[in-house]
Amino acid sequence: MAASQQALAERKQDDRRRGWQIFAVWFVLVVITDYLVWFVWGPHMPPGTMTNTAAAQQFDFKVLTAMVVPVLFMVWIYGGYVLINFRAKPGDRGDGVVITGNRKVQGIWYVASTVMVLFLAWFGTFELISNNGIGTGGGPSPIWKPNVKSPLVIQVIAQQWRFTYRWPQFGGMETTSLDLPANTTVKFDVTSLDVIHDFWAYQLGVKADANPGVNNVAYTTTTSQLGRFTVRCDELCGIWHGAMYNYGHVVSRSAFYSWAHQMQVQNAGVTKLLPPFSLTYTPSYSGAGGGYYPSYDPNGSTQTY
Amino acid sequence: MAVEMTPASGVKSPSGSRADGLKYVKPWFTGNFFTALIGGGIGYAFGHWLGNAIASGYSVTVNSGYNDVAVYLSLLFGIVGWFAGLGALNYPIQKLLGLEPLDPPKSEKRTFWEHWTYSSDHKVVGVQYLFGMLLYFLVAGLLALGIRTELLSPTYHIWAPETYIEIVGEHGTMMMMMMTSVVMGPFGNFLIPLMIGSKKMAFPRLEAASFWFTVPSFLILLSALWQGGFQSGWTGYAPLSIQGGPGQSDYDVAFMLMAFSMILASINMTATIINYRAPGMRWSRMPILAWGLITTAFTMLLSVPVLVDGLYVMGLDRGVRTAMLYAGHGGSSFLWENLFWFFGHPEVYLLALPGFALTTELLPVFARKPIFAYKTSAAGMIGVATLSFFVWQHHLFMSGMNPDMRPLFMLTTELISIPTGFLYLVAMGTLWRGKIRLEVPMLFLLAVFWNFLWGGVTGVYNSDVPVDALVHGSFFVMAHFHFTIMGQLMFAVFAGVYYYVPLLFGVRMNDKLGKISFWIIFISFNSTFLPLFMIGLLGQPRRVFEYAVRLQHLNQWVTVSAYVLGFGILLYVINLVWSLAVTRTPSEQNPWESQGLEWQVGYPVPKDNFEKIPVVLRSPYYYGYENPGPIADLDPSAERVAVVSGGDE
Ligand SMILES: [Cu+2]
Repeated sequence: MAASQQALAERKQDDRRRGWQIFAVWFVLVVITDYLVWFVWGPHMPPGTMTNTAAAQQFDFKVLTAMVVPVLFMVWIYGGYVLINFRAKPGDRGDGVVITGNRKVQGIWYVASTVMVLFLAWFGTFELISNNGIGTGGGPSPIWKPNVKSPLVIQVIAQQWRFTYRWPQFGGMETTSLDLPANTTVKFDVTSLDVIHDFWAYQLGVKADANPGVNNVAYTTTTSQLGRFTVRCDELCGIWHGAMYNYGHVVSRSAFYSWAHQMQVQNAGVTKLLPPFSLTYTPSYSGAGGGYYPSYDPNGSTQTY
Repeated sequence: MAVEMTPASGVKSPSGSRADGLKYVKPWFTGNFFTALIGGGIGYAFGHWLGNAIASGYSVTVNSGYNDVAVYLSLLFGIVGWFAGLGALNYPIQKLLGLEPLDPPKSEKRTFWEHWTYSSDHKVVGVQYLFGMLLYFLVAGLLALGIRTELLSPTYHIWAPETYIEIVGEHGTMMMMMMTSVVMGPFGNFLIPLMIGSKKMAFPRLEAASFWFTVPSFLILLSALWQGGFQSGWTGYAPLSIQGGPGQSDYDVAFMLMAFSMILASINMTATIINYRAPGMRWSRMPILAWGLITTAFTMLLSVPVLVDGLYVMGLDRGVRTAMLYAGHGGSSFLWENLFWFFGHPEVYLLALPGFALTTELLPVFARKPIFAYKTSAAGMIGVATLSFFVWQHHLFMSGMNPDMRPLFMLTTELISIPTGFLYLVAMGTLWRGKIRLEVPMLFLLAVFWNFLWGGVTGVYNSDVPVDALVHGSFFVMAHFHFTIMGQLMFAVFAGVYYYVPLLFGVRMNDKLGKISFWIIFISFNSTFLPLFMIGLLGQPRRVFEYAVRLQHLNQWVTVSAYVLGFGILLYVINLVWSLAVTRTPSEQNPWESQGLEWQVGYPVPKDNFEKIPVVLRSPYYYGYENPGPIADLDPSAERVAVVSGGDE
């Protein structure tokens, strides 16, 4: 038995040596890669920095990627090491060493993975709250909202298969294009006339489902960065879902107000015919619901479009 | 410690005791696949006539001659006809009439024709499932190539937009419905009784029914293609799904049938694993595949009925115009989202768990070592299964539903990575100081860990609300779940089929072709799905036929890779079919030198598996032990059975 005791001790020492080898390679590669992730790739990560929510999403993306790199390298380097060192030689039909567990390794693993997961959950929650919903749909009355007296309100009305925008602060006019002023907090009231859509303004870092009969609110604040952004429907809504996109622009404040006032005058004739501004609309009379259900609403709580 | 239950004997044959006053009858007729088709057709026609007779005024479009009542009734009666045509109703009706039905005699060796009938032999059902699942997988895979072909160009269209959406929906639904059973069906039914030392599954007729539900489910889902398809994708969100034509009703019924199949299979699996383990097969000795399948079965049993509820509600909204899923009339489109994902999220673990169980089961054979941290492995699977019921709203982070609950769902979702991580711990520990044999199944197993790593870490991005705001609904998510499901589950299945063909059919697949097909599949799989993460991050939503021009090169790369992937899979299947039908290279008994009980009976597996119920003596993973001794006593004496089943160690 003494011999096998000694063999066991030798194996333990050998395990430790191999462990340090793996750790050293892992550590060096992780440091280099994380440096690249944070400083080289990071600033170019989507969705950019056109708004505060987009920038926050980019920051979170960077943090997550920096945390994922060590995990990836751990498995890769370990796997590579094992396959090189513990591969059966051709013709060797022998068995490996009996190891049914290792208290220390298992313990470290349980603790490390738990700590990491709890950190991620805390971090995600912190970012979600401190960025006022970080551009996501927060339901009809979000509890996390920016401390701004009167944000610019834009109602996004989705229907098969286009977006229209309604402006309660500009006489309730409706436009088919979307311009936003720079350095302004914007409140999107997102709703749908028929099926579920999703309003995804990619560069703005805004994403909110458009549900029929529900107002879904998302906040963002534009920066001084001007330019074009893409709006895409991000929830399957039928045949032409793939074609449900358009573009908007972030422009200077003065350009925005002159555009908005011009649109208000230009659309005045149409605005008169629209139903009064409401947070949701029942589409039956417009036929947008597909005509499947009768045109009256027994609950009658929502406005008729 | 463990519950030890000894089944008295295997399949009881009532012959011999005819003097007990019971009236024995043979089946009125024995059906098969073809008579089932005829029965189904008759039922379908009758249901259609009935629906039009009672509800012709209920059509959505006036005078269209189409109402959903007729569609639903035709499918309903079609199913009854299908099972009547199979001869499945003989037994229950004879029982109801107070007769004692006789099972048809079991043949000594499985015959080819048996596989076309309603057989209650678990080995026949296993093989039926194997080829059924392969067929479903290949058809759905072909549809995926249709999707990728369209995406070759952002502006030039191969398909009309409605055809494109049809194909997307068919591919997704077929894969997600059918592949829930790709391990439990073939491997579970064939191997579990052999692994736990039983002569049969607990409920052989339920077992047969569970397979024969999948066939009409597949046929009905496929038939939607000729009826305008369904535009709602596999998620079937209302009210889009309420708008759809008859194809949507096909989706509804097909998914329902598959749900029944899953429920039956999981009842059978839990009952078998709990009650039919041979003496000595303690929980602590149970093969890890059995652990995986019992946790999967429990998860199915608790989650699939919720899907049935949802589909039923959809059927009512569509058929008789209730408004439960429609916002304007007191219903809510959130209801479907909740019901669907309450099933749908456990479902993705129904796909992942068996894949992991199969991988962990085979890994020791090729590492030549016992499983590292066996209990952790089982605990990991139980943990994943349990947590899977508390995460469903992470699919709805952007929906505006329960926005304040998102931190909780973020936490539960991220917690799942702890038990999932256990499975990596187990695998990595098992490989340490092994004598790793890089045979074809092992290559697929190692690929499982490579692929699932991508799926796992990208899952963290999806579960984090701030980053999900970027990736939700984009190609990123799509790439993520293809890594977890195809990269993990299907690779495990490729390994499992390759590994078990010698036991199932007594032949070996061609190693050279196997290696070639592995490398093609592995490389092209990664080359297909890794760029999709990029495409998603750059802003391409899922299920679109038009995308930004700047993404064209990436999309073309993906499409070409997908073709190569299709070719690789075809090569694998050709290898399988060729080995079975043409070369039939006989395999030695136990070619992988496995210690598993399933390999001790050898090919051909006898009619009742074991002459006597064996007495299990140790765990099946004693690789590297100097004198492991036999895993089981296949010819136990009476007192040994009594001792072993008597009590604790
Ligand atoms: Cu849409």
